[in-house]
Amino acid sequence: MKGNTQKSFEPVWFLKKNAVPVFFLILCIIGGYYSGLSLPFLLNEIITRIGRNSILVISLIIPILAGMGLNFGIVLGAMAGQFAYIATTNWQMSGLNGLLVTLVLSIPMAILFGWLTGLLFNRAKGKEMITGIILGFFANGVYQLICLYFMGNLIPIRVKSMLLSTGIGLRNTIDIKSMHYALDNLWKIKIKIPGFIFPIAIPVVTLLLIAAVCLLIRFIVKTKLGQEFRAVGQDRHIAEVAGIQVDKVRGLAVIFSTVLAAIGQVVFLQNLGNINTYGSHVQVGTFAVAAILIGGASVRKATIGQALLGTLLFHTLFIVSPLAGKNLIGDAMIGEYFRVFVTYGVIGVALALHAWQSLQEKKRAFNAT
Amino acid sequence: MSRPRLEMKNISKEYFGNQVLKSVNLTVGDGEIHALVGENGAGKSTLMNILFGMPVIHNTGGFNGTVLVDGRPVQINSPEQAMSEGIGMVHQEFMLLPGFTVTENIKLNREITKENWASKIFGKKLESLDFIRMREDARKAIKRMDLDLDEMLPVAGLPVSFMQFVEIARELDKDNLKLLVLDEPTAVLTESEADTLMSVMKKLAKEQGISILFITHRLDEVIEVADNITVLRDGEVVAELAAKDASVELLAELMVGRKVQIRPKSHKASSATEVAMTIENLYVDMPGERVRGLSLEVMKGEILGIGGLAGHGKIGVANGIMGLYPARGRVEVKGYGEIKLNSPISALKSGMAFVSEDRRGTGLLLDESIELNIAVQAMQSQNKFLTKGLVKIMDRKSIREHANKMIKELDIRCVGPHQLVRRLSGGNQQKVCIARALTLEPSILFVSEPTRGIDVGAKKIVLDLLVELNQKLGMTIIMTSSELGELRSVCDRIAIIYQGRLEGVLPVDASDKEFGLLMAGELSHHRKEAS
Amino acid sequence: MNNNNGANKSFIDRLKEIAAGFGLARSIILIFLVFLVVLALFLKLPMDQILSSVLARFGMNGILVLAMIPTIQSGTGPNFGLPLGISCGLIAAVLSIELDMRGFEAFLFAVGLGAVLGGVSGYLYGLLLNKVKGQEMTVGTYFGFSTVSLMCIFWFLAPFKSPEMIWPYGGNGLRVTIALQDRFDKVLDNFLSFSVLGVKVPTGLLLFFGLFCLLVWLFMRSKTGVALSTVGANPRFAESCGLSVDRYRIIGSVVSQALAAIGIVVYAQTFGFIQLYMAPLFMAFFAVASILIGGATLKRATIWNAIIGCFLFQSILVVSMPVANVIVADNLAEVVRIIISNGIILYALTRREIGGDVR
Repeated sequence: MKGNTQKSFEPVWFLKKNAVPVFFLILCIIGGYYSGLSLPFLLNEIITRIGRNSILVISLIIPILAGMGLNFGIVLGAMAGQFAYIATTNWQMSGLNGLLVTLVLSIPMAILFGWLTGLLFNRAKGKEMITGIILGFFANGVYQLICLYFMGNLIPIRVKSMLLSTGIGLRNTIDIKSMHYALDNLWKIKIKIPGFIFPIAIPVVTLLLIAAVCLLIRFIVKTKLGQEFRAVGQDRHIAEVAGIQVDKVRGLAVIFSTVLAAIGQVVFLQNLGNINTYGSHVQVGTFAVAAILIGGASVRKATIGQALLGTLLFHTLFIVSPLAGKNLIGDAMIGEYFRVFVTYGVIGVALALHAWQSLQEKKRAFNAT
Repeated sequence: MSRPRLEMKNISKEYFGNQVLKSVNLTVGDGEIHALVGENGAGKSTLMNILFGMPVIHNTGGFNGTVLVDGRPVQINSPEQAMSEGIGMVHQEFMLLPGFTVTENIKLNREITKENWASKIFGKKLESLDFIRMREDARKAIKRMDLDLDEMLPVAGLPVSFMQFVEIARELDKDNLKLLVLDEPTAVLTESEADTLMSVMKKLAKEQGISILFITHRLDEVIEVADNITVLRDGEVVAELAAKDASVELLAELMVGRKVQIRPKSHKASSATEVAMTIENLYVDMPGERVRGLSLEVMKGEILGIGGLAGHGKIGVANGIMGLYPARGRVEVKGYGEIKLNSPISALKSGMAFVSEDRRGTGLLLDESIELNIAVQAMQSQNKFLTKGLVKIMDRKSIREHANKMIKELDIRCVGPHQLVRRLSGGNQQKVCIARALTLEPSILFVSEPTRGIDVGAKKIVLDLLVELNQKLGMTIIMTSSELGELRSVCDRIAIIYQGRLEGVLPVDASDKEFGLLMAGELSHHRKEAS
Repeated sequence: MNNNNGANKSFIDRLKEIAAGFGLARSIILIFLVFLVVLALFLKLPMDQILSSVLARFGMNGILVLAMIPTIQSGTGPNFGLPLGISCGLIAAVLSIELDMRGFEAFLFAVGLGAVLGGVSGYLYGLLLNKVKGQEMTVGTYFGFSTVSLMCIFWFLAPFKSPEMIWPYGGNGLRVTIALQDRFDKVLDNFLSFSVLGVKVPTGLLLFFGLFCLLVWLFMRSKTGVALSTVGANPRFAESCGLSVDRYRIIGSVVSQALAAIGIVVYAQTFGFIQLYMAPLFMAFFAVASILIGGATLKRATIWNAIIGCFLFQSILVVSMPVANVIVADNLAEVVRIIISNGIILYALTRREIGGDVR
């Protein structure tokens, strides 16, 4: 019995298989048109957002591969990144130096947080996603506790401008101007477009970093560990019978994801130039999950291409919705609300589809005996 | 003369006081195909679990006896150890990952890897997979079976028979394979697929010297492919014979016959003239126990037994009529006319009740009280135990009173009617199930595997109870059981199901041989040959 | 029959049994509450105000917590899709203002219409849940979020005219918060209320909550309610009793969302404001946490779980705020609320149920 011969490219089949990204592409095009933004401006914004968000979205891939669904717990990785920034800002570090230290510092914290997350996920097998969602809220509470009451208190802060007027608790916004664009500006290629003031700026090093992360993921998948991820992701029982240490492998997948999320958040914030102490990390999980789903991934299958495509589509929608809403209906708020609805709705639909498909599979397996 | 490949000597095992294997001896020579047959519960799986070092054995007190490989005593405490001794096992449920290729499944957790920059820092787990060498090995293993199969195909699209071959290839790939255990390999195969498998088995055994231990229910396959046969019954070896000396009827007889005291019936055989239920051409889609056109008449006031080999559909009959599994056909109950199939409520409203074989799954609410378990079914289908008046809520008082009555009558050993059913012993749980069925005041009672998983003392009590119900209340009882002896001790007549159809009905005093013949479907075979 | 055991058990054993029955998590919560109360007394905080607050919050959140029972008992887990029923209740409340109703009339209208809308939405939600068996919590959460954001668009575009509800200087849509002072603010709370030792007892509110506790209790004990609980306990057993698993799961959802709609109207009348837009986003989580604190599990919940849990949870919130204000700084209450409520849900998600399989 031999393999299939190459299917010729059929447009209908292609559309059906990639329905979700195609749908959102159309949505983006419509939104882009009605937003009234110029193409170079739009391109600039898109490139910037891809640069700063991709790694966060890519961090979701390995847990999907390992059968744990959408890791809403990457919020904890983002928190690790923010704690690292708080430290380096406190030590008044700056520039590339500061950024590198932040990166390195975030990793051990992310490993710890990822390990804890993994423990919880292993105790809630089959319920990893809801556990991740709730864990995100819980961790956020603990994070707020630390930032509001321990910073300046149990944890001494030298730079007084970071603290609230009472001397205890971090301010709502922490300035990291000293490390702003530390990565992006290392090498920027500017393309001038005739007729427009601003050139299109491409942050090469950042994009190279993203490429490196992509290559890293591809590399890992082709190792023994990667094979174990994939085996555990398909069937925990069979993997266990074959001798694979299922719990350990799942834990490693989560740690990996959390560390990438930490790195992703560090890259994200260096582009923003400031940290919204109590808010920057909160939506990380939701946005990354929505993005990868829009790119065509599912709860059980995700590729690097889908992560990148999804980042592109999701953030384009982000940019154009408010303006399109204003131009179409007369109020930017409609666009805002629409965007929020789409974000939540996409995730809801993907989750429902996954649950329904799992049910169908179980039924089929049961009847085959 | 060299020692045989495998010897299992005087293997005994008990689970919580239940003797599951008693001094079992099994010998398999080099390149021999040895068949192991026996009913469900005979001990085959336990014996294989011992051979393969499965944790369930060691977590429950280990076993007695010795295992020798090539004459050498071995201690097998884990599947890994079994594999290192050259024992490979293909389980009944497929252990294949559908999203992996044939190669990846063959090499699962035994992949060939190469060092790289990451593995030097972080360890062996990050070594790269060497797909080229893995594919080579996979091709070699497949070639040993003389099959045409592309090792790069994903397993998901393969036909079921080829999945079986991939499992075998995986075992063959283990260099030191000496003994291959196949657990019901043909259960899901068509006849022609099974033929292919059997020729592969012969090839591996005769040309490559691999010993094969082959567990199956399909007796005709045993005759065709095996060299020697061991028959297990109730944890004991009842026969060891060469395949050339065996026949299908003989094997069936050996599997189910049992020395049993046929209790003298204190009541005369029911004056069975009135028909209580007519079953015509019943088909039931119960996975593993499919009914394929059963027609049968049940007489009023009798205890009718339904027996047959596992997988032939006897369990499906009651489940289908009671609406728990999809069914079609015609069932008519006296006094109610033709009843609607696929509707549990119709069955319940037609004077029927069911004590399921799946006691803990379908039969009970384990985390609820005895009294609630007894009352719920009647409450929902017959509106019993509800208060009168405008607002109908559950009448706790009448539920408790009734439960106390049942506890007394059926002698259910418990702390009180409020006790959680989970805490009761198997026998008492079964009594709760019977109490629940009785609360419906049925005219026909289906009971499936009434004494499964119950200790010896309680078995008799449950059976006596059924006889008493029949004698005192004149209740028609249809009892399905894998234990022929149990059926013969309690029933008036016994119907034998073969391949989903009625093979025949025998009186209880018919000989073992006659039962064996029916169970092996000899009548059908003769009819086929005659036509 | 071993009846002697009761007498022979030592005091310690019985204490252990009670503690085990009460649950580790609940014990911790209870100890924490006692600790806070002691601290409050020590700091000479106005206990009468605190107690009044506890009673009010207990009554105003109670029905929202009751809404968890039908879905948990029918096997669909805690109703994370509560925002759906809540939105129905909000529509009804807003409509009552638009139709210029006041006082009890407005309140009862909102409750009645809300219940009907909630019930219908519960039916549709139940259909969805039946298609996603096994992942009800996750799907419900995001369904709830989507509903809230969709409703934002609705509040924004809906053609309401009542001047109390729209922006005074033009601008689209309803206001974010709508005051109820002239409408049905505290109609229940003030009904037959009295003060004792400085503590204001919102009699009407507590009676209303008590009424619904009774109604839910009666429902769960009716033939339908017993069927519902049976379906959740063991679907195969329920089928063998002739019950349709899908049907009772839908009934559970209908009752739950109807209660949610009623619950939010009660909540608004005590609070004095109707909160639209993103306000209901996280309300489900607090209700889930409350019933879990009360001793419920993801599969079994009783009226007592709802009552005790709501009381404990609201007490901690109320007492912790002034205590924290004195000791540390303000805003702690919000953080405490997040940590406790999500912590308890996390605990419920990750504990090994007895007899359950850890797949």
